[in-house]
Amino acid sequence: MVRHQCACKILQPTNTSPDTIAGGGCFDAEETGRKTIGGCMKDSGEDRCSGKGRCGNCGGKTAGTFGPCVLSQLSQSGVEMKGWTESKFLLSCNKNPLCWVTELHHPGEGGKTAGGNSANTTKSAKPAPQKKDNSSVAASERKGGDRQTDKDRKKDVPHPRMQFDDENRVEKAKKRSVVKQAEARNRVELFRHLPQYEHGARLTDLESKFFQLGPVHPAVYKVGFRYLTGDISGGNARCIAMLQAFQESIKDYSTPPEKTLIRDLTSKINCYVSFLIECRPLSISMGNAIRFLKRRITSLPLNLSESEAITSLVSDIDRFINEKIILADNVIVKHAVTKIRDGDVLLTYASSSAVEMLLLHAHELGKRFRVVIVDSRPKLEGKMLLRRLVGKGISCTYTHINAVSYVMHEVTRVFLGASSVLANGTVYSRVGTACVAMVAHQFRVPVLICCEAYKFHERVQLDSICCNELGDAEMVSRVTGREDINSLDGWTSSENLQPLNLLYDATPSDYVSMIITDYGMIPPTSVPVIVREYGREYLLI
Amino acid sequence: MPDVHSLVNEFVIKLKKRQIEGSKTTAKLTAELLRSFISQLRLPHSNQAGALIDAVKEVGEKLITAKPVELAVGNVVRRVLHIIREEDLSITNAAVGGLNLASESDDDDGNDEYDHPVLSASAVAAAARNALRPPSLQTLLDDIPHAAATPHTSSSGDDSEGKSKSADSLRRKLKHDVIEAVNELIQEISTCHEQIAEQAVEHIHHNEVILTLGSSQTVKEFLLAAKEKNRSFRVFVAEGAPRYQGHAFAKELASRGLQTTVITDSAVFAMISHVNMVIVGAHAVMANGGVIAPVGLNMVALAAKRHAVPFVVLSGVHKLCPLYPHNPEVLLNELKSPSELLDFGEFSDCLDFGSGSGSPLIHVVNPAFDYVPPDLVSLFITDTGGHNPSYIYRLIADFYSPDDLVVQRKSAS
Repeated sequence: MVRHQCACKILQPTNTSPDTIAGGGCFDAEETGRKTIGGCMKDSGEDRCSGKGRCGNCGGKTAGTFGPCVLSQLSQSGVEMKGWTESKFLLSCNKNPLCWVTELHHPGEGGKTAGGNSANTTKSAKPAPQKKDNSSVAASERKGGDRQTDKDRKKDVPHPRMQFDDENRVEKAKKRSVVKQAEARNRVELFRHLPQYEHGARLTDLESKFFQLGPVHPAVYKVGFRYLTGDISGGNARCIAMLQAFQESIKDYSTPPEKTLIRDLTSKINCYVSFLIECRPLSISMGNAIRFLKRRITSLPLNLSESEAITSLVSDIDRFINEKIILADNVIVKHAVTKIRDGDVLLTYASSSAVEMLLLHAHELGKRFRVVIVDSRPKLEGKMLLRRLVGKGISCTYTHINAVSYVMHEVTRVFLGASSVLANGTVYSRVGTACVAMVAHQFRVPVLICCEAYKFHERVQLDSICCNELGDAEMVSRVTGREDINSLDGWTSSENLQPLNLLYDATPSDYVSMIITDYGMIPPTSVPVIVREYGREYLLI
Repeated sequence: MPDVHSLVNEFVIKLKKRQIEGSKTTAKLTAELLRSFISQLRLPHSNQAGALIDAVKEVGEKLITAKPVELAVGNVVRRVLHIIREEDLSITNAAVGGLNLASESDDDDGNDEYDHPVLSASAVAAAARNALRPPSLQTLLDDIPHAAATPHTSSSGDDSEGKSKSADSLRRKLKHDVIEAVNELIQEISTCHEQIAEQAVEHIHHNEVILTLGSSQTVKEFLLAAKEKNRSFRVFVAEGAPRYQGHAFAKELASRGLQTTVITDSAVFAMISHVNMVIVGAHAVMANGGVIAPVGLNMVALAAKRHAVPFVVLSGVHKLCPLYPHNPEVLLNELKSPSELLDFGEFSDCLDFGSGSGSPLIHVVNPAFDYVPPDLVSLFITDTGGHNPSYIYRLIADFYSPDDLVVQRKSAS
């Protein structure tokens, strides 16, 4: 069967059924100024395709060079086209709403459209900009079975992420963004490929836009706002908040006329996700959760009524939160508590929800141990952890990350949390974790990472620069609570001075002794195994 | 004398109250204090070097115990002692050389007076015994009778006019030489930054990325000297919690035209893969090549070792301490106030003593220094040039004498 690739090269053609050909392209209407629908100029009276037009979806002009008229293209390339008719311009490719797909049908099929499968988010596609892309599997086509064919496996290669030094993409993204972001002044050159925006203006901008954000559900808006202010932070908290906001929006959802539930809901979710990204880039756990949600949506049987579909989705989300996050944490704590003995001195860095649960549980079990909390700027999350632990009666030592070599000689175990564990065993976590793990390794202290399995990802990363998140530079220049330290006031005026606020770093796998997950206690080398064996399972539930 | 004593006491109080910061300043002030002390000292006729050494040791002990963690004080005291011994030795050698000539011409001219002081053989022998000599069995045995020998020298020293005049001028000469040498020491301490900065252009080339932590005067001069020679490079400055001196440092570098990025200390491991060289200053350098450095530098050194980035330590020679460190993290460290980390008001409810056990639930640890072992240091750049950490013990012999390692006044035997 003939397959054409979309000109923007994002959409891989689908093989929904052997009788359809899918093809498409983007257009640039600027040059001709002609108004045509979709790709084929035949509508406007031309009998030959000239490759210009407007988007079939929204009517906006598009950019691209691929010739639109598939029929004429195919006949020009010599493919036998007799008997094929062109159907309407049905679908957007959902990767780029300005890109479209035409479906052609062999009349033998009776004009049945291929349903919503071909352009749905089997790739968990989100509209650009996206920082992290998830791998794509045409899951809807696979009718069960654990083995993947070669073709499917090739599609599993994760798409490259949006790189912010690519001018074209950035321009496109800016046009579509809901929140207007001002580029940060004094950008660090090394991080040109990551978004660096000024944080100050976004809050007020977002506030003022509240009543204009039609497509965004108020629950999602609220969550996005809380991300922006830093109210919610931490992988699990952010993920749960996001999923609950989506739950709310799904409960309030009703299908507009002439649209199918699956497709419309998916596009709505995409819209919310892009809004959340603009508030704060997604963490890897959130990306996995979104992928799960989209897969559940697309695998909804077509014969369900709307209310049934909604309740099914809502219960799926509940199940995900319960099984993958809450119960997983309990299992992790149960495993990890066996690693704590009486008389231990445990070290932890910043604040991780899993480690906190572990320490509280061990204390409840009556184990006698001391905790050393290492904290660092600019977030100083360790202070909150210190308060909570001392409130429960655990004796703690508090210090800052520079002094970690001083305290490490009396530490027996190091427990760290993670934002994600990548396929090469690298632990992607709060900045400073790598330093703590390195010093622990130097002093031969075992390092244990507590991480739920839904945070694993098949991406790989070698250093902390190629993928990271940059926070507000003001937080580096200003020291909260120490008003006497104000040398960096007015740093924006100096063009040679740039404060840099990295939020994450990558700990190499040789510093990590063991990872404690809800699937058990594994060495860092076993992470890709878990992703492969259990990845399909949990995403499809 | 009371003048000098009050000066000494004032200095001791300032040290105890930590009003003097920075090893260079401390070293300079110590040297100046010792210089005024020596110049006002009245020395006995004989065994001047011994008396001088004892007096300096007495003052030195007071200064060292005032602030033991400030190793520069002890370094300067030991340098001065070494200077005294050396000057004494050189005078003795000169005198011996003079004696040989004198003995020849004695036969010729009898009682002619000579321009240069002439010593009797016994005086020379006595002086030679007092002078700096490597410890050996002979010196140990000689020490006991030498105390008896000195009165003889002094009593037999009244035979000729030249003898007493020579003793006077000899005494003056020692003090004079010592003070001159101490002046040179002060000069050396003052100009150590320039000497080190001169070597900057050999080590920093174009398009380098340099990492440093906190703030150091030596590093600043080093980097600016390279900038003067039109080398363009970038600097990452880690802020150096909890004093955050990195902020002011970065601002100053940026105002001089260097591309500076301020990062938090936790981001050091993340950034070090993109760094060409780590350049830091030190608080003190120990005899085994280990470094007492501002807190956080051990972490940086480990990260640099992991990524094979050279870790360069800049230090003036006055920071070189002849002691070998034993458990330096504890013994050579200072713990500062927890208020720099935790606000007392915020945590006032938790700082209470825990229920039942009677011991506080929160401990706050805030060390001021870190020990960097010598295998993590790639290079030391001092005013005498660049050295490997394994060479430092050899440099010690140039500047210090082995007798002075323990600065304690020997009780009068």
